[in-house]
Amino acid sequence: MSPRQQFINGVRTVAPLAIGIVPFGLLCGVIPVNSGIPQDLSFAMSQIVFAGASQLVASQLIAAGAPWFIVVLSASIVNLRMLMYSAALAPHFAALPWRWKGLNAYLLTDQSFAVSVARYEQEPEMPFKQWFYLGTALTMWVPWQIAAGIGVLVGRALPPSWGLDFAAPLSFIAIWIPGLKDRPMVVAAVVAGLVALVFAFLPYRLGLLVGALAGIAAGYLFERARR
Amino acid sequence: MNLWLIFILIGIAAFLIRISFIALIGRRQFLQWLRRALRFVPAAVFAALVVPELFYRSGVFTPASPQLIAGLVAIAIAWRTRSVLLTIISGVGVLWALNTVLAA
Repeated sequence: MSPRQQFINGVRTVAPLAIGIVPFGLLCGVIPVNSGIPQDLSFAMSQIVFAGASQLVASQLIAAGAPWFIVVLSASIVNLRMLMYSAALAPHFAALPWRWKGLNAYLLTDQSFAVSVARYEQEPEMPFKQWFYLGTALTMWVPWQIAAGIGVLVGRALPPSWGLDFAAPLSFIAIWIPGLKDRPMVVAAVVAGLVALVFAFLPYRLGLLVGALAGIAAGYLFERARR
Repeated sequence: MNLWLIFILIGIAAFLIRISFIALIGRRQFLQWLRRALRFVPAAVFAALVVPELFYRSGVFTPASPQLIAGLVAIAIAWRTRSVLLTIISGVGVLWALNTVLAA
């Protein structure tokens, strides 16, 4: 297995998932411009942050006039799940030089993490693991940026009657629901949703923070009580 | 505050989260409990994002709205099909149909 072959394997493995994220990528261009963020900044956000849910939360909060630290905090909470991915990938990247670690970290997504860790578990001693990962990661990055760019260009032309403001919660539903794999996760989701609803009167969607923390605690405690 | 600066801060935070354990290799055992808690982050965060949006319209509690019904349909479709595209299309479609019927 050469680096090139591993790279191509990575591209092939993640390709169906990369096609699946195109509609979400489009929204990540459309929603920021319709939140009043200039086109160049909306597009730059896609490269600087490269995390869709985080970009949508930031856009909504900026449109709502939230203070900067609330925008940064709420947009970052959504990304905390990637701590878990980082922990799972860390042993496989341990021997790499820093420039590889940095590049792989920047390109980390739900999809690259999922397919790479699954592949490494099948073949723990496989050579050029980082090239397989890079193949998956770039196959996510390039279509995502193209989709976001198209979204930024067409965003203002889309009529409000299409209900596109509702597309953001819909895309969250599309990521969230299939991830509920066991009962503790369902408990975490139900508690988080109810608590966030009760605290929705708080300004700047602080109910999001309260609800998320309550849900994480509930899932963790529920799982521990079952063992 | 300048929007560029806000996005750069979010970008730096995202990068630090992503590189965290890749940089700190060797501390995995120590953080077992943290990893078990982090497993629930996506389930909890997305629920806390979505549920209030289904029940609030323009900042007002609205327990029965076309958005709520469209959202519940989308949740059911996402559960059954696990497809991003079908979920978004069904939600937008139901919302559009309900708004058309209600406007008539």
